[in-house]
Amino acid sequence: MNRENSGYTIIYASVMVIIVALGLAFTHQVLSDRQIANENTDKMQQILRSLNLDVTAADAQTKYGELVKNAYLINNAGEKVEGTEGITPDDPAFSTELGDVEAKGLPVYEAQIDGSTKYVIPMSGAGLWGPIWGYLAIESDGSAIYGAEFGHAGETPGLGAEIETAPFRNQFKGKNLFRENEFTSVAVVKPGQTNNRRDYVDGISGGTITSKGVDNMLLNGVGEYRNFLMNLRTANK
Amino acid sequence: MALSSKTKAVLLGPLNKNNPVIVQVLGICSALAVTSKLEPSIVMAIAVTMVTAFGNVIISLLRKTIPNRIRIIVQLVVVAALVTIVSEVLKAFAYDVNKQLSVFVGLIVTNCILMGRLEAFALGNGPWPSFLDGIGNGLGYGWILVVVGFFRELLGSGTLLGYQVVPQALYDAGYENNGLMMLAPMAILLVACIIWIHRSKNRELQEETN
Repeated sequence: MNRENSGYTIIYASVMVIIVALGLAFTHQVLSDRQIANENTDKMQQILRSLNLDVTAADAQTKYGELVKNAYLINNAGEKVEGTEGITPDDPAFSTELGDVEAKGLPVYEAQIDGSTKYVIPMSGAGLWGPIWGYLAIESDGSAIYGAEFGHAGETPGLGAEIETAPFRNQFKGKNLFRENEFTSVAVVKPGQTNNRRDYVDGISGGTITSKGVDNMLLNGVGEYRNFLMNLRTANK
Repeated sequence: MALSSKTKAVLLGPLNKNNPVIVQVLGICSALAVTSKLEPSIVMAIAVTMVTAFGNVIISLLRKTIPNRIRIIVQLVVVAALVTIVSEVLKAFAYDVNKQLSVFVGLIVTNCILMGRLEAFALGNGPWPSFLDGIGNGLGYGWILVVVGFFRELLGSGTLLGYQVVPQALYDAGYENNGLMMLAPMAILLVACIIWIHRSKNRELQEETN
């Protein structure tokens, strides 16, 4: 057969692409259950890390079930959306992605630790090279931070990527999101600088834009929960 | 099974005198990027070996049917499909390692070793020698990664595969992990050291100086 014939070339390319597409679709179908389970476990590990618990993937599910007692969506006024309660990966709180325009609200997780309730809220924002995200665990007074966790898709190793390390996230413990009843969030400043209007933590040297991204995420992402946090404050006065 | 001297050369050549990384200096990008720990280095070595071996076999089986004008496209599609499968399998069975390797699994597609072997070997040889050639080149790439990953993790983090190996007593005596080891420049210095040792043992590889 003439291999240089245009008809042959076109048919060859088409058949090849169809076979490859079928093969890949099949692989994805077979493996997708395990992949989703892995992603869910990873999310549980992140939530637990925001509660200052570093657990292995094997223990994540049990520990998550033990501590996280409730999860739901809230609306703009900071009130619970009816019928969204539930902590399993299939429930709305766990499966709702931030920034999804069709979402019915913003997810909140309630965890019981040593007899007091901590509220874990997810955050997402932009770093230097790609998305960054995180979880913030807040005390039941709606202001003091109990713990934080940050993740990134592809920040520079050794610089921006340092936001996911323990020394960075541990700085957030005990900082206040409110000052004189005003939502100020927590600022991320250049190491050595200060900020008298807001509580602050040190950013990453050499990771200025990533640190700025975290700062924005804390201000705007957490800001969307302002009414919810206000309600917590009033309830605890 | 006894291997003839020719197949032996095909399989073992890339491990030493024809090594893709330290002699041909291909695949350097990923060799620098993923070797800050031993575990991702090993996984990357296995992934590249699988892709070169099976890519070689598939192209070798198809070599008499591939239209010459689109042969590079055919090679790319085969490699991209294999890489996607590897990435899907990693996501399902080694999620954490997949996160550490991040984009570099996908970038196996652009690894020069792969296209080089497909173009230079698989298009002109049968499936079995092509398979051995793929395994040989994958391992030739892999052992460099593992050696570099070993030293970078040992000296940079004091651990191996995540287990602490540098004793606490040494830290108490004032020893510190070398943070420089975690950065890419140290990887290229380590590769350079390997090349140096390798060439001093194999004088015929040394370039003539004017």
